[in-house]
Amino acid sequence: MAHSNHHSHDEIGHVVPESLFFKVLLTLLFLTAVTILAAQVDLGKWNIVGALVIASVKASLVIYFFMHGKYENRIIWTYILIPFILLAIMIGGVFTDDPFRSKPVPLQVTQQP
Amino acid sequence: MSSNAAVAEHHHVGPGEPPHIHHMDTPTAYGAAKLGMWLFLATEVLLFAVMFCSFAIMRYYHLAEFHDASHHLNLPLGALNTVILLFSSYTAAVAVTKAQKGDNKGVIRNFGISVLCGLAFLVIKSIEYTGKAHHGMFPVVWNEHFYEYKNFLGLYYCMTGLHALHVIIGMVIMVIYGILPARQNRYSGRYYTPVELSALYWHLVDLIWIYLFPLLYLVG
Repeated sequence: MAHSNHHSHDEIGHVVPESLFFKVLLTLLFLTAVTILAAQVDLGKWNIVGALVIASVKASLVIYFFMHGKYENRIIWTYILIPFILLAIMIGGVFTDDPFRSKPVPLQVTQQP
Repeated sequence: MSSNAAVAEHHHVGPGEPPHIHHMDTPTAYGAAKLGMWLFLATEVLLFAVMFCSFAIMRYYHLAEFHDASHHLNLPLGALNTVILLFSSYTAAVAVTKAQKGDNKGVIRNFGISVLCGLAFLVIKSIEYTGKAHHGMFPVVWNEHFYEYKNFLGLYYCMTGLHALHVIIGMVIMVIYGILPARQNRYSGRYYTPVELSALYWHLVDLIWIYLFPLLYLVG
């Protein structure tokens, strides 16, 4: 680690100023208020899309600042992103099943003698 | 050197000094510990991912029921819990900065606030559960009137219950690995790994609630 020679002997990680954390907290609270207000308006299926987009912005802020993601290397970012990619594949995979189903299926087999 | 001497050496590290880990310098040990924690957090996200996937499927097939059922949840209490958890996440993040500056009292104070917020969260959650039980929307005391809500409520109790378990574990971790060692001035800019890892766990608890709250309380 030639890079660490530039730091003083005492430092092993990045020190984030507390004022930055406070600004992030205010942003998170603001976005929470936006989510609640947006849910009061009926936008049909766009309600859940909006709620998930805002939640993802909030989650990104938590990971990027609170969890020091901004200062982490590529290996840790791989670990951060993999579960979300796997979740997307899982949900996406499940829903590709739906168009190929004949629905509704009211248990016709049991009606036969 | 006998193994007892090696153990004794472990326990006689001065305040603020990193523990002696053989064959590893301090920055390497710090990086390895953090990498391990992130790998564990990834598995935690996947644990909840299964439930989010179930929720997506169930919601897709029972949209109207999910919509009606979500209106039976207490939105003001859910919103209050969101604010409490976001604030506790902030104090946990501040605790890491305090530890990095060698301010052990700051670690105790900020983690202490986070633990108290966790307790407040659990109290509010149990008020919500009690209210649901009162109306027959709770396992064991199920009321047949709410039969069509069982898909939603079952997932609600699984997801919030597992999340509440994580809140309890997070509080215990912050006390054992954050507050108690900080009382002995254990942390400094050279050694604060347990503080950062405890805070990472608490942020994950917050992160999951960020998704749970809108899905369960707002859009159903």
